Amino acid sequence: MGKTLSEKIWADHVVRSAAGEPDLLYIDLHLIHEVTSPQAFDGLRLAGRKVRRPDLTIATEDHNTPTLNIDKPIADPVSKLQIDTLRNNAKEFGIRIHSLGDIDQGIVHVVGPQLGITQPGMTIVCGDSHTSTHGAFGALAFGIGTSQVEHVLATQTLPQSKPKTMAINVDGTLKPGVTSKDIILAIIAQIGTGGGQGYVLEYRGSAIRALSMEARMTICNMSIEAGARAGLIAPDEKTFEYLKSKPHAPQGADWDAAVEYWKTLNSDADARFDHEITLKAEDISPFITWGTNPGQGAPLDGKVPNPADIADVEDRGAAERALEYMGLTAGTPFKEIAIDTVFLGSCTNGRIEDLRSAAQILKGQKIAPKLRMLVVPGSARVRLQAEAEGLDKVFLDFGAEWRQAGCSMCLGMNPDQLTVGERSASTSNRNFEGRQGKGGRTHLVSPLVAAATAIRGTLSSPADLN
Amino acid sequence: MEKFISHTGTVLPLRRTNVDTDQIIPAVYLKRVTKSGFEDGLFSAWRSDPEFVMNKPEHKGATILVAGADFGTGSSREHAVWALQNYGFKVVLSSRFADIFRGNSQKAGLLTVIIPQEKIEVLWAAVEVNPSLEVSVDLDAKNVRFADEVIGFEIDDYTRWRLMEGLDDIGLTLKNIADVDAFEEKRPSFKPQTLPARS
Repeated sequence: MGKTLSEKIWADHVVRSAAGEPDLLYIDLHLIHEVTSPQAFDGLRLAGRKVRRPDLTIATEDHNTPTLNIDKPIADPVSKLQIDTLRNNAKEFGIRIHSLGDIDQGIVHVVGPQLGITQPGMTIVCGDSHTSTHGAFGALAFGIGTSQVEHVLATQTLPQSKPKTMAINVDGTLKPGVTSKDIILAIIAQIGTGGGQGYVLEYRGSAIRALSMEARMTICNMSIEAGARAGLIAPDEKTFEYLKSKPHAPQGADWDAAVEYWKTLNSDADARFDHEITLKAEDISPFITWGTNPGQGAPLDGKVPNPADIADVEDRGAAERALEYMGLTAGTPFKEIAIDTVFLGSCTNGRIEDLRSAAQILKGQKIAPKLRMLVVPGSARVRLQAEAEGLDKVFLDFGAEWRQAGCSMCLGMNPDQLTVGERSASTSNRNFEGRQGKGGRTHLVSPLVAAATAIRGTLSSPADLN
Repeated sequence: MEKFISHTGTVLPLRRTNVDTDQIIPAVYLKRVTKSGFEDGLFSAWRSDPEFVMNKPEHKGATILVAGADFGTGSSREHAVWALQNYGFKVVLSSRFADIFRGNSQKAGLLTVIIPQEKIEVLWAAVEVNPSLEVSVDLDAKNVRFADEVIGFEIDDYTRWRLMEGLDDIGLTLKNIADVDAFEEKRPSFKPQTLPARS
């Protein structure tokens, strides 16, 4: 029997395998940031240990950082201490760091791919659950906790139990106005937030193959929202093309050797997945979430569901709680829901293609009255690229705010937050209670829906603008 | 890490599903650079409601959290585990845990035990009748005991052994570091390095 893609990558990284123990996996790349690393470095110091492979490690500042006035010292002293701690740790242990103001600074999952250090067939970890993003390149990439960050720093390995495999087939052609964000929201609504627990997801099928690399990253990014630690897509010519010009792409003979290896990275025809689901691309339409977990989503054309119609007792209870928190009434058409803030950004949708697609909708339009829109590029380089293309002017003329790179309003950790009761349409990945600020209400959307919503003031798709 | 053999204590019944790590500890509390002091942030949004179960005097001092399905979804923040431990919890029981949270708890020595949802319901009901009900979670015998109930649970032998011995994973791996050296010898040259930096 053949192997699936994730099984191949797994097999290529087993350092040690013993009966009754998890496999010891080698880690090709360790990404770190300020929030989940300080205690890990402390642990190293206490034990008198060094970082085994600083040359396979890279740090950025993203979660905690402001997106305004970045040339000034960070105002919040606790945030500043955390950033300073990362800088000091990077210096002490010899780790490359891209700090606020550096041209390569940005959200850790945007920086890796743009530097070309995210490559097919690698094992990649980071103390951040959205590490699954890197799976778009055919890498096995997953989020870890701080104890594991310390383990990787010390040994460049992780003991791991082998996950099960799930194929998610998306065949056909997407309708106009439907994006990879809608695909992944539809998948999560179908399998639930626990549906992927214990699995690595492999996204397959003609609709996936047709996606750009950045659109693939959006899908893999949200694998964790379905409960899967990792999601991946087999690399192809698009992957190689995307990588070729990147700073850390292999050079010369190494490039040829790499491509030869990368071409073997796909699930064998006779490989068997532990579970398989199939979606038809034509059935997917612009999707939004109405509740407080990413599985509580529905097509934008629909209405707020009635919990009484939900058969499962637990799901019904969760829906009742969610509607109360979200301040929604069953039966309200989604398109009548008024939005206060639109957030375009995050490791899910903060790349140049996301900004381009939104700008195309916003060009020549005006922001809805009383609405605010934050546009936050995923990295400093995305920001520069957008400015080179004049997208910043489109956003500013429209009435949006054009910010510096960072995680921003995706999580209520830096100054960009919702206030109590404030309702957002957000291109980020989590609609948990208080995720974007205490009492804030989040609807997850694609960049296209975010843009149309900013024009009309209520949840909308570009089709509603005509 | 402290050894975990068994623990007896009272229960906090948390009748909610999909308790994500943003609820366990909101991001705004993640700025500390230590592993202690996170108890203030534990369930902080929900705790601002005086009716929230954790605020009820009869559940003061509870050390066993019994929660609905899919506990610990979302962010990989190990701070969620530390917050539960800092507050005084030794064990979390649920019918389903998110993978990363469960992994983190097992590294940090917080025991997470999976028992079927119908047993969770039995335990919730029993604690709501008698909040001072003593519950024992026995890792050695792999069971949860209260009143006349004995509920067995599964845990892989390796994790159980590590927790019962209080062993540090890094120490275990370092015993086999020669295997890592050997693996590194054979890594292909095309694998990327972050240093020297290219931009």
